[in-house]
Amino acid sequence: MEVQVLIKANAYYDSVTLMAISKKMKNLPGVLEAVVSMGTELNKELIAQVGMGLPSVTAAGPNDLIIAVGAADAGSLEYVLKEVEQALVQRNRAAKGVVEAPKSLEGAVAAYPESNLAIISLPGAFAAREVRKALENQLHVMLFSDNVSLQDEVQLKKLAHDRGLLLMGPDCGTAIINHVPLCFANVVRPGNIGVVAASGTGTQEVTCLIDRFGGGVSQVIGTGGRDLKAEVGGIMMLDALQALENDPATDVIVIISKPPAPGVTEKILGLMKRGGKPKVVYFLGGDRQIVEQAGAVAGCNLADTARKAVALANKEPLSTDWSCVTAELSLIRQEQAGLAPGQKYVRALYTGGTLCDEAILAMQEDLGPIYSNIVFDSRFMLPDSAKSMKHTAIDLGDDKFTVGRPHPMIDPTIRLERLLQEARDPETAVILLDVVLGYGSHPDPAGILAPVVKEAKKLAKGQGRYLSVVASICGTYRDPQDYADQQAKLVDAGVALADANIKAARLAAAIVKNGA
Amino acid sequence: MTGINRLFGKKIETIHMGTEIFKNDLAAQGVPAVHVDWTPPAGGDVRLLKALDSLAPLEAQIQAANQEAYDRFSSAQPMLTDIQTALDFIPGMTKKTILHSGPPIAWEQMSGPMRGAVMGALIYEGLASDAAGAERMAASGEITYCPCHEKGGVGPMAGIVSASMPVFVLKNITHGNTAFCTLNEGLGKVLRYGAYNQEVVDRLRWIEKILGPALKKAIQLSGGIDMRAMVAQVLHMGDEGHNRNKAGTSLFIRAIAPHLMQAGILQEDLVRVFNFINSNEHFFLNLSMPCCKAALDAANGVPCSTMVTTMARNGTEFGIRVSGLGNRWFTGPAQMIKGLLFPGYTEADANPDIGDSAITETAGIGAFAMAAAPAIVQFVGGTAEDAQAYSNRMYEITIGESKFFSIPQFNFRGSATGIDIRKVIQLGILPQINTGMAHREAGVGQVGAGLVNPPRECFAKALLAFAAEYVK
Repeated sequence: MEVQVLIKANAYYDSVTLMAISKKMKNLPGVLEAVVSMGTELNKELIAQVGMGLPSVTAAGPNDLIIAVGAADAGSLEYVLKEVEQALVQRNRAAKGVVEAPKSLEGAVAAYPESNLAIISLPGAFAAREVRKALENQLHVMLFSDNVSLQDEVQLKKLAHDRGLLLMGPDCGTAIINHVPLCFANVVRPGNIGVVAASGTGTQEVTCLIDRFGGGVSQVIGTGGRDLKAEVGGIMMLDALQALENDPATDVIVIISKPPAPGVTEKILGLMKRGGKPKVVYFLGGDRQIVEQAGAVAGCNLADTARKAVALANKEPLSTDWSCVTAELSLIRQEQAGLAPGQKYVRALYTGGTLCDEAILAMQEDLGPIYSNIVFDSRFMLPDSAKSMKHTAIDLGDDKFTVGRPHPMIDPTIRLERLLQEARDPETAVILLDVVLGYGSHPDPAGILAPVVKEAKKLAKGQGRYLSVVASICGTYRDPQDYADQQAKLVDAGVALADANIKAARLAAAIVKNGA
Repeated sequence: MTGINRLFGKKIETIHMGTEIFKNDLAAQGVPAVHVDWTPPAGGDVRLLKALDSLAPLEAQIQAANQEAYDRFSSAQPMLTDIQTALDFIPGMTKKTILHSGPPIAWEQMSGPMRGAVMGALIYEGLASDAAGAERMAASGEITYCPCHEKGGVGPMAGIVSASMPVFVLKNITHGNTAFCTLNEGLGKVLRYGAYNQEVVDRLRWIEKILGPALKKAIQLSGGIDMRAMVAQVLHMGDEGHNRNKAGTSLFIRAIAPHLMQAGILQEDLVRVFNFINSNEHFFLNLSMPCCKAALDAANGVPCSTMVTTMARNGTEFGIRVSGLGNRWFTGPAQMIKGLLFPGYTEADANPDIGDSAITETAGIGAFAMAAAPAIVQFVGGTAEDAQAYSNRMYEITIGESKFFSIPQFNFRGSATGIDIRKVIQLGILPQINTGMAHREAGVGQVGAGLVNPPRECFAKALLAFAAEYVK
């Protein structure tokens, strides 16, 4: 038996605590004897009796802590001594019943040391300070706040990168990590498709459709909408991409973003080329050739991206692009039937930013310029986002609408008034909507929308017009909102439902294009 | 493998700051989720926020300095080694020096109990023969007033120390520094509450002539008594070392009795000595306080450390000192104590917060270990849960957890120790103190007990001074 004795002079510990530690230590593998006790005469005798009465034990006084350990080998000895030290520095949490919320991140970390992810949605002015502290405490971070300065974002992402941590966000609050949906995210079947995206609702649409098409996700990482700007340089996109390449549970990688800044594109394409896993990339409104030259598959809209990813994940042959999806002609005809001659335009009212982007891209192919508050082409910027003109698509989640109020996905009431406003406009033919389900979103978005849709349709009818309302639901059957119930409420209100946002946009365009 | 890949294998456990929606969503899915009760740092005070931010680049230095200060505090081992006369022991002490509790204060600003105590000490020292003479002498300019803290000592309540008084001497055998404190006079009409009648003076004389010498012999026979170990034990016996000292006083009697018996003291004196200590449950306070003081002084003067090494009140002002700012005081008005009053008194009778006894909280006991003393929580107007919440909250503003002082009710977790001025300002959590209430008039005595906080101002001033000192 190898014996080692440590004396901690004048270190008082309660005897019951020490007995418990001794017992625990004795049960460790390789340990033959373990006595941790105060150096009273009685205790010293006990230690001598088990063959560990070294001179240092005899010399110890009643206020000295004796740690005496006997083990089969030096390795076990070293291990058990470390364990004793650990046990002496009690990290036990406060007694039950004292459930007071910590006042600070540090307090939370100290009280819950197993924490590994901070979700921060504080006002932007304060968020950066807390994110830095979270990263310094080795927590991954999901930053939901808006109004975080670009400079802060760059600094914090560099810090996250240096520490091997995720900093998801700001401004794109979606992720599914280890199958846990975070912030705005849907309940998607587990699978082998990893998603990294600088887009919030784009990611939700793709993951929901992956689920619908029979696939599943391994990890879904939202990098924040500005990650691929030149200033940020795609720090998180690159780190997340590398992590998905390394991840044994991921077989196929999906990348979704607006076109990255020039220097950033090269970095991402370079990393994509080096990685061995098949990829589907959708740069909204971007160049598909560069994607294909980098050996990846280009998606041509969100639904197409999901379909291709599922095909790759199931090792099925890739079909052709799924871009010219059109609804059944009968449905188009039905929606056109009551339109008055002056009804010429689509008015899209979106709660999801990327869904709005996708709708603009799709409709402008058929209809020409779409005016918006979030335009790709500055010539078509709405002079006043409170008033629509010609074909208009509004992102109600844009900062102009969210100052001092929650995001419209949480509280969609801001859309209701606008819906009636558009209905009163004799030039409006179609109102195009998104209904986003999942965690974070309103518990019953269709229920809020339905009565107002009815009212809008009635209002138009009263003035001799037919108002067409087209929508799609972004969600899965396992989302906390009841998908079928949401569907039924919309259909009951007379909404023409498409089963993907791209289809809804194409349907809306088709109604006015052929009817006008 | 990056840290991101390591996350992929783990169970997600989240901390939330901001909206509770996301936290509730995760909690509903069975994901461990903690909500932080966040408020804008520094109460949104831009000047303080700027000062805090300006310290960010020094974070590593400050952390290292705080660790150093904390380690010095933790490794200090104060032993009760002697009793000496104030005039002999305290450097710079003269026959006309009066030491008092709290930050520096002039006679004119002193509150009732402190004035009374000064007058009593002047009569006791023979510098005045009656109250009127004592008052004249106190105001004459002949008397030098100085805080106990600036001489390496502490005093409860008025904290008056004059030349002839015997003081406990505690030596920190790790770092070699010492701390002193007078011998506790008991309850009722006593000098520390500003009483100065003949009974008070007679008792002081007896302490000087009989009690002091007797205990001195016994302490010397004992070869020194480890006070840190004793304080650690009292926390496991229902004391918190500030407002409850029942277990501590008992333990002290046990430790000193065999030596007192052998000290060759007259039987009649011996009986009175034992009865005196035994009749005063707070006898131990004047030992736990210098024990804390000796350890905290060892932690003072570490450049760049934001650890508080002194919290003390003189009945008019509350003052703190910070390790990295040496001996400078940062003061604000002493606050009124909220708690329970003895029958016959109202809040109007109470003096603002007074005494050096907040040294116990500074060292991580007192209210910081209040959870360990359920017997007094009602005395200070609360439930056992309240006491646990008070002690628990202090972990958010401290540097470490005590290696020696542990709280059974927290499963023997070390008490919150080493107040960090940055955390106090950032979180707006003030240190908790539980304390006795003195009558605002001299000599009436204790009128109650309760809870009090330092004024936030002390910490704000200290933080601004710290930034001015270290941010170049």
